[in-house]
Amino acid sequence: MKKTSTSVLPAGGALGDEPLLAVDDLHVEFVTRQGVVKAVNGVSYSLNPGETLAVLGESGSGKSVTAQAIMGILDMPPARIPRGEVRFRGTDLLRLPEDARSQVRGQRVAMIFQDALSALNPVFTVGSQIGEMFRVHRGASRRDAEKKAVELMDRVRIPGARQRVHDYPHQFSGGMRQRIMIAMSIALDPEVLIADEPTTALDVTVQAQIMELLAELQRESNMGLILITHDLGVVADVADKIAVMYGGRIVENALVHDIYRAPAHPYTKGLLDSIPRVDQKGQELYAIKGMPPNLLAMPSGCAFHPRCPYRQDNCVTEAPPLYEIGPTRSSACHYWREVLDGSHG
Amino acid sequence: MAATGEPILEVRDLVKHFPLNQGIIMRKQIGAIKAVDGVSFDLRRGETLGIVGESGCGKSTLAKLLMALERPTSGSVKINGREIAQARGGELKRVRRNIQMVMQDPYTSLNPRMTVGDIIGEPYEIHQEVAPKGDRRRKVQELLEVVGLNPDHINRYPHQFSGGQRQRIGIARGLALQPEIIVCDEPVSALDVSIQAQVINLLERLQNEFDLAYIFIAHDLSVVRHISDRVGVMYLGKMVELGKDTEIYDRPAHPYTQALLSAVPVPDPDGRERRERIILQGDPPSPANPPSGCRFRTRCWKAQEICAEQEPLLQIRPGTAHASACHFAETHDVVHV
Ligand SMILES: Nc1ncnc2c1ncn2[C@@H]1O[C@H](COP(=O)(O)OP(=O)(O)OP(=O)(O)O)[C@@H](O)[C@H]1O
Ligand SMILES: Nc1ncnc2c1ncn2[C@@H]1O[C@H](COP(=O)(O)OP(=O)(O)O)[C@@H](O)[C@H]1O
Ligand code: SF4
Ligand code: SF4
Ligand SMILES: [Mg+2]
Ligand SMILES: [Mg+2]
Repeated sequence: MKKTSTSVLPAGGALGDEPLLAVDDLHVEFVTRQGVVKAVNGVSYSLNPGETLAVLGESGSGKSVTAQAIMGILDMPPARIPRGEVRFRGTDLLRLPEDARSQVRGQRVAMIFQDALSALNPVFTVGSQIGEMFRVHRGASRRDAEKKAVELMDRVRIPGARQRVHDYPHQFSGGMRQRIMIAMSIALDPEVLIADEPTTALDVTVQAQIMELLAELQRESNMGLILITHDLGVVADVADKIAVMYGGRIVENALVHDIYRAPAHPYTKGLLDSIPRVDQKGQELYAIKGMPPNLLAMPSGCAFHPRCPYRQDNCVTEAPPLYEIGPTRSSACHYWREVLDGSHG
Repeated sequence: MAATGEPILEVRDLVKHFPLNQGIIMRKQIGAIKAVDGVSFDLRRGETLGIVGESGCGKSTLAKLLMALERPTSGSVKINGREIAQARGGELKRVRRNIQMVMQDPYTSLNPRMTVGDIIGEPYEIHQEVAPKGDRRRKVQELLEVVGLNPDHINRYPHQFSGGQRQRIGIARGLALQPEIIVCDEPVSALDVSIQAQVINLLERLQNEFDLAYIFIAHDLSVVRHISDRVGVMYLGKMVELGKDTEIYDRPAHPYTQALLSAVPVPDPDGRERRERIILQGDPPSPANPPSGCRFRTRCWKAQEICAEQEPLLQIRPGTAHASACHFAETHDVVHV
């Protein structure tokens, strides 16, 4: 692998074999009074230009912490990264000095946060917050920055952008605030956009608008999109490939069609089986038993074993590696073959 | 769940306007937020009525009116033929026993300083007749058992339970007075995906066991379809469509329902490129100043002049078997959910 000690990163263009963004065996821990919280325990995924990767998992599974590690916005301490790489165009961002890192952050790899209201500053107009991206990173004048802000608000389809550029965040609805967040994140034409549950707090009607907007922006610019979500419907709608997280690990990596047709990990299978289907009306829903794991007291062996219908004796002692089970597929389950076949469970 | 017999809940022309005031010293009413604006429906024993609609359309306000936690501006709510909306004192206490609520947020709806036993047993303080003091501990333990919690945990505090378990505590409390009706306002939205199915199964089991009727408010349309016998769709304080689950989901007649259903992402990537989707533009208008005539007309692709002039009533329309409030109601298959 290439070593980079200067702040000069490769420009865009052909990537060869290296993905646009590759997270490799990432570990993140938090030192807390109760002990060390192992929030991310060996996460690997990759993203190419124009591609949409969905990161699926329930709350606390480590989706946001992984994203924050990619962005370099974790507070260290309490966080620390004992192992792993985050390669952007072949350069490990974790080993870059802060000044080089800050050139990547927001400019080439940008993020939309889970909670738009608290991510926006209530005391500044939305125009000045969007425009700030240009003032800080491009040295634009106040007037030019405002002009750019109006353009961007138009681009994310906020009606009456020219008038509304002087409004404050609280004067916008939840959906409109999320558009403003999107406008800020795409301001500098990033190559990678990480969207952390961008529609979780929104109505389905507004969610449909936002997802359509993201897809359009992606088509226009060919950026890679990492969509963090727990919604199996949204994933099926937009993802090219999926990484499923459980207890701080990736338990399954697959192309979208493959995973919905035949999951290769019992957790993924359980999630898919628990979706209410029309023909199951009046019947009990399938439910994954038990509770998500406590990161301070992770189960031994496979973290899913207390809830797993496929469990065998060795699952309690041997943590499964992420088995390569096909050219575009992997599963962290000793018994992935049985799961794929759909036998018992 | 076959619903039978007389309605146990009758709601007629229910209205709740919240005054919009201006001025600090001389408070002057300058308008009103029309949170619920003329809603009527029945609920039968053992039946589940799902209520869906966008944020702010009045679902929670409706729930509070049914519970007599808010006083209506006008209209009537009858439980077993007795008016609750105007009831006071002892009469209010009596009718209230029959209707209980399960709230959205299991993290904030339970008092952190009370033990689980005190939380579940609290309704007995108000209704001593249901469980005399000596009998309470046993009753609470029974309830814990019914909702799938360990009866030995009666002295624990809410923070010692997970979200799904706290929701079970809320459900146990709702059951304490053996009500006939439970109003569930987003009972699973705050829970992890893998826990939602457990709580829905519990609610269905309890319904069968105790012949409960549910008002089930949720924004997850596939969950609502699974649990409901009938579904009401709300928009800006009005019920715009009301019918059996199959009628609403397979043959929606109101454009808003059609748009709402088509916006729900389908958990199956096959054929996603060909899927028809109605994307509504803009946000719902303010409930303080709703459009004249049909409230949906500012976002409706079928709107004509009459839609601004005449309010469409919720009634059965030609070519449909259930009630919808649209001058041009026409069933349309938008599939999925
Ligand atoms: N106490 C109140 N005073 C003034 N306005 C209120 C009050 N309670 C609710 N409203 C307004 O009434 C309307 C309906 O609110 P309600 O809480 O019933 O919506 P909802 O359908 O439950 O929405 P959500 O899906 O977000 O829970 C909203 O515009 C809300 O702001
Ligand atoms: N600053 C922090 N200190 C301690 N624990 C944290 C901190 N930030 C996150 N965590 C823990 O890390 C785990 C993963 O969190 P997160 O990535 O936010 O989950 P999600 O998958 O819901 O996005 C959770 O258990 C969370 O409580
Ligand atoms: S490794 Fe064992 S316990 Fe873990 S998911 Fe596979 S079968 Fe289940
Ligand atoms: S009444 Fe008119 S505006 Fe209202 S939903 Fe029907 S067609 Fe649309
Ligand atoms: Mg998160
Ligand atoms: Mg509500």
